Amino acid sequence: MGRPDAIVVGGGIIGAACAYELARAGMRVLVLDAACVGGGTTAAGMGHVVVMDDSEAQFALSAYSTRLWHELEPELPRAAEVDRCGTLWVAEDDEQLEALHAKHAYYLARGVEAEVVDGADVARLEPNLRAPLAGGLRVPGDRVVYPPYVARWLVDRARDLGATVREGCAAERLEDRAVVAGGERLEADVVIDAAGVAAARLIPDLPIVPRKGHLAITDRYPGFCRHQLVELGYHKSAHTMTSESVAFNVQPRATGQLLIGSSRELVGWDASPNRSILQRMLRRAMEFMPGLARLTVIRTWVGFRPATPDKLPLIGRWPALEGVWVAAGHEGLGITTSLGTARLLADQILGREPAVDPAPFRPDRVFAPHE
Amino acid sequence: MDTTHTEVEIEVDGRAFRVPADATVAAVLLDLGVGAFRRSVTGEPRLPLCGMGTCQECRVTIDGVAHRRACMTPVRAGMKVSTDG
Repeated sequence: MGRPDAIVVGGGIIGAACAYELARAGMRVLVLDAACVGGGTTAAGMGHVVVMDDSEAQFALSAYSTRLWHELEPELPRAAEVDRCGTLWVAEDDEQLEALHAKHAYYLARGVEAEVVDGADVARLEPNLRAPLAGGLRVPGDRVVYPPYVARWLVDRARDLGATVREGCAAERLEDRAVVAGGERLEADVVIDAAGVAAARLIPDLPIVPRKGHLAITDRYPGFCRHQLVELGYHKSAHTMTSESVAFNVQPRATGQLLIGSSRELVGWDASPNRSILQRMLRRAMEFMPGLARLTVIRTWVGFRPATPDKLPLIGRWPALEGVWVAAGHEGLGITTSLGTARLLADQILGREPAVDPAPFRPDRVFAPHE
Repeated sequence: MDTTHTEVEIEVDGRAFRVPADATVAAVLLDLGVGAFRRSVTGEPRLPLCGMGTCQECRVTIDGVAHRRACMTPVRAGMKVSTDG
């Protein structure tokens, strides 16, 4: 391949989606990944495609992205493990039930299909949840996918359209319209830092910190649950920058396995498993699903979410370097927002009118103080 | 089999058997001539290999809970074992 039009640094789901989007627009794309496509944070994500409502900007990007997932769905092969299971948000008490109704109203007002179900219906929908719970909110448009496969698939589609991929090629630094990688200076009109949690190594001014998470996966127990199950209190765990938190988050996989999350820690780059938080995470899961105690977990692992101070990703031009763009900092929502991010970035690169207001995602925005 | 053993009754794939009370599920199933404890993802028959809890090949469904290791589980009166997992 001659000089590429665009170089995407990072073959996680964000970089993969960007490569696909730009290749579809006719650009010659080169993808670099320090290790392998989809092997970093992407492989430590649950693959929950979910509309979120912590802020208008987050809603806009996640709802837009979810629509793009729906459009892509018919093209994705079986190995992508698309499960149309929807999300069931569960409320434990009256206070959460009130919040559940508010969430319902928020979604309805913005055209997202959702339905409130009472405690008895929750028990009927998910017999392995402890009863009685106060109620649930079913969001049928949400999905589960297998993220490492989808990342690979997106890169392969980009390759079909002429893209080149170099794995095991670590970018060392970015310059105006160039990437220095493996001792080589690679030039392109467009350079995208999509290195996720490592994005700040290439652009040190990016406010991205690693937020560690644990996952556990069980043996195969088909039918144990039918929805992606999330406790309503998840927001509190996920979206306040406390040093340590856990939340109930269980998902059925196409294999019949159950994927169990979630935990959040700010401990730098320490990748060793933390037994105490893993225990808290599994205990939280068992509080909601007592039957989990009888099942066998076959593997646990950790990953690092690329977290930003205002919980929104960085998408857009990086003004300090010519031709350099950023698509990073998606925290725990990167699988969902990958497709919307790529479209939004490509729209800006190509001068198209974006469907989502790009302003809240500007990489050089001024951040609100930490919560 | 030593007839001085205390026996318990268990159910294997819907049929009742009297088996030694101090045996593991794996020993009992082998003694009964069960040819496949479970099927692999691709449908192949599986039997115990290590007999000490490590290889996971002997998994059966016990009292409705899938993937219990037969070699690590003592029989119990009234236990229901299923090899259709």
